[in-house]
Amino acid sequence: MADNPVQFELVSPEKLLLSDDVEMVVVPGVEGDFGVLPGHAPMISTVRPGVIHVFESGSVKSRIFVAGGFAEVTAERCTVLAEEAVPLDEIDRAGVEKDLQDANEDIRDAGGDAAQLGLAEARAATARAKLASLDNLVYQ
Amino acid sequence: MASLKDFRVRIASVKSTQRITSAMKMVAAAKLRRAQEEAIAARPYSERMERMLGSLAQSAAASGNAPPLLAGSGKDNIHLLVVMTTDRGLCGGFNGSVTRSARQRILALRADGKEVKILMVGRKGRGILRAEFGSMIIDTLEDTARPAPRFETAVEIAQRVRTMFEAGEIDVCTIIYNKFISALTQEVTPQQLIPFALPEADDADAEDDSSDVAGNAAYEYEPDEKEILTDLLPRNLSVQVFRAMLESFASEQGARMTAMDSATRNAGDMINKLTIQYNRTRQAAITTELIEIISGAEAL
Repeated sequence: MADNPVQFELVSPEKLLLSDDVEMVVVPGVEGDFGVLPGHAPMISTVRPGVIHVFESGSVKSRIFVAGGFAEVTAERCTVLAEEAVPLDEIDRAGVEKDLQDANEDIRDAGGDAAQLGLAEARAATARAKLASLDNLVYQ
Repeated sequence: MASLKDFRVRIASVKSTQRITSAMKMVAAAKLRRAQEEAIAARPYSERMERMLGSLAQSAAASGNAPPLLAGSGKDNIHLLVVMTTDRGLCGGFNGSVTRSARQRILALRADGKEVKILMVGRKGRGILRAEFGSMIIDTLEDTARPAPRFETAVEIAQRVRTMFEAGEIDVCTIIYNKFISALTQEVTPQQLIPFALPEADDADAEDDSSDVAGNAAYEYEPDEKEILTDLLPRNLSVQVFRAMLESFASEQGARMTAMDSATRNAGDMINKLTIQYNRTRQAAITTELIEIISGAEAL
């Protein structure tokens, strides 16, 4: 299988973040994590906030946090359209905790403004997901 | 005949104008490089999203449960035009060409008996369209691209359009923007946002992946088509708005650079012409003075 890698692409609205041939990627789908190996059945899935694991020769090469998005998988390709993507080891815990606090304050201040409330809740959810990903490292 | 002093003042003023235009050209050139990189960097996302939407749209249309953002509201009465212009002037025919295209579209729609609403982005375009279509402009968004277009702003605009669509205030939404071709050329591009329409395949420079598009039909969907579409369509709306903003911003810088370049050149020509006139006048004055002195001496 190694001579037939998965072509993995991670794209954010701003730019193409990563385009690489890899052995396997594990993507956090809404209905559970799924691993993509070469020859995967074609599918399209929504991605929940969580960590994408890129595997190289049997172990995790990189962990990338994504704040939701969409994944398209074909036999030779895996494309993830992420809303926000940061390598997990670049996340600054203090910064995220502050974000969470700010977002929570915004939720309280939003009052009746549904749009504001929605935005603030999304921010809070992202921050919580970041913290959770930092706390529970899966796969070695 | 203008006096020597008039010429000196004139030349000095043209020179200072030239300094300003050449500085603006430099600034625009620097901004253009960044804006162009950003616009190009953002293309893969919207291309891939279109690819995904394309296959989803096919299968949703086949199963007949397409959400309204895809299928439309079933009517075609009220059109919303989102017109992307600039906040600042001095960029040549940039705003003129967008508003001209918008105007033609409005007139054509009106002739068909449709109602038209306009959402202006950028205050320069509003000034042009307000005289004729003031009552149709529902709002003007300013400073959307300062210092550079941000995705959050695009999300806000998209959100607004979607709220109007869901409230039944509009049936069709089209965005008109300048697409960036090169620093010298922009192309006014109308793009229909709601209902979602697959753009014609015009991106020959995108990598050729027509081979696996054929295999579209076999996709599995998780959770299911409808839920993905209800997530993906609003997302796509924001992405398309963002893309339009980036393209428009890059085009603006290009247009400004070109306009300022020719302004600088024109100022240079003008200075040359004025300097020649100044020298001639000066010489004429000296000659006159000499003749006066000589004829005065001869008379003695």
